[in-house]
Amino acid sequence: MADNSSFRLRIITPDRIFYDGEAEMVEFNTTEGEIGVLPGHIPLTVIVKPGILHIYETQGKRNAALHAGFAEILPEEITILAEIIEWPDEIDEGRAEAAMHRAEERLQHKTPETDVARAETALMRAMARIQVLK
Amino acid sequence: MASMRDIKRRKTSIQGTQQITKAMKLVSTVKLQRARANAERSKSYFDCMFNTVNSILSRVGSVEHRFLRPGNSSRKAVILITSNRGLAGGYNSNVIRLVTRNEDWKKEDIVVYAIGNKGRDALVRYGYEVRESLPEVIEEPAYADAAALSNRLLEAFAADEIGEIYLAYTSFKNTVSHEPKLLKLLPIEYEPGSSNEAEASDGGAIMNFEPEDVEALDMIIPKYITSLIYGALMEAAASENGARMQAMDNATSNAEEMISDLSLMYNRARQGSITQELTEIIAGAEALG
Repeated sequence: MADNSSFRLRIITPDRIFYDGEAEMVEFNTTEGEIGVLPGHIPLTVIVKPGILHIYETQGKRNAALHAGFAEILPEEITILAEIIEWPDEIDEGRAEAAMHRAEERLQHKTPETDVARAETALMRAMARIQVLK
Repeated sequence: MASMRDIKRRKTSIQGTQQITKAMKLVSTVKLQRARANAERSKSYFDCMFNTVNSILSRVGSVEHRFLRPGNSSRKAVILITSNRGLAGGYNSNVIRLVTRNEDWKKEDIVVYAIGNKGRDALVRYGYEVRESLPEVIEEPAYADAAALSNRLLEAFAADEIGEIYLAYTSFKNTVSHEPKLLKLLPIEYEPGSSNEAEASDGGAIMNFEPEDVEALDMIIPKYITSLIYGALMEAAASENGARMQAMDNATSNAEEMISDLSLMYNRARQGSITQELTEIIAGAEALG
C-alpha cells in the first residue's frame, strides 16, 4: 500500500463504469444499516439498500443515488456492483417526487393485492433520489 | 444460348439483389459497432460479478443452498437466444441445434423460454414446449428485461416446476468468430477446493459477509443469474450483427461473380447477333448482285 489515506473505488453498472478512482472514504446504505468505509477495512461483502452514496475524494465530496446491488470491500480496493446508480444531475426531480407520492399513497391505502415490499423499495428509491439533490 | 434480352433481365435482377445485400451489410456493420461497444461495456460488470460469486461460492463450499443443488423436477428450462430476422447465415440454426441435437435431453423434459422469433418458430415446428416468447427483448436488450426473466425462472425453480436452467446463446469472440454456447445457470456448478489457492494468492484474506453467507447468497445469486442473462443478450446481439455482416458480404461477392459471368455471356450473345446480322446482309447483297 502506497499510503494509508486512500483506496481505489470502482463502481460498475451493467451499462458503464460509473466511477473509477481514488477515494478516502465512502458511505452508503446496506441491509444491515449505513456504513462508512475507510482504507484498510477487513474484507467484507455487503448488500446495498437504496440510499445516498458519499464519496470523499481528496478534493472534496461527491454524492450519488445508489439503489441496488452489492459491494465487495477489500483493504485497498472497493468494488460496488450497482444495478442502478445516478449522479445528482441525472435525476429528474419531478419524476422522483411523483414516484414518492405514488409509493406513499400505496402504503397508506393498502389492499390485499398491495406489494408492500415493492412499494417500500420504490419509496426508498425516490427518497434517496430527492435527498441526493439537496 | 439464351437470348440477349433474357440475359439482360437476369443481370438486372441480380444487380438489384446485390444492392440490397450491400445495404444490409452496411446496416449490420453499423449495428455491430454499437452492439459490440455495448457488449464490451457490460463485460466488466459481468466479469466482476462472476469473480465475486465464484469467490463467495468457493469459500462457503459445502453450504446447503437451494440454488446449489438440482431441483426436484426432471424438467429443464432453456433460454434460447436467437434473432428475429433471418439472413444471418448459420447464426440461428447453430443455436437451435444446441437444443435439438443434444442427446442427453428428452424433448418432453424441455421447457423453452424463447428470446427471438427464429428460435421460437423452429422449436415450435420441432414440437418443443415453448412457454414464453420475448421477441422484443433482443432488439434492445435492457437490464430490466433480464431481471424480469430471471425472476420468473427463479420462481419456477423455487416452485419445483423446473429442476435445471440452461442458457443457449452465441458468444461473441470477435467480428468474424462467434461460437454457439450452452451454459448451465442453475444449479450453479462450482469447484469447491479451488478456493484455497485463490485465497492464498489474495494474501490469505478471508471474506466476511453481512448478512450471513446463506442470506447473502439468496440475494446475490438472482443478481448473478440476471447478469449472466444480460451478458448473453449483449453478446448475442453483437454476434447476430456480426453473422449477418459476414453473410451479406458473401452474398454481395457472389452476386458480383454472377454479374461478371452474365456480362460475359451477354457480350458474347451481342457479338453473335451482330455477326449473324452482317452475314445476312452480305448474303443478301450477294444474292442481289
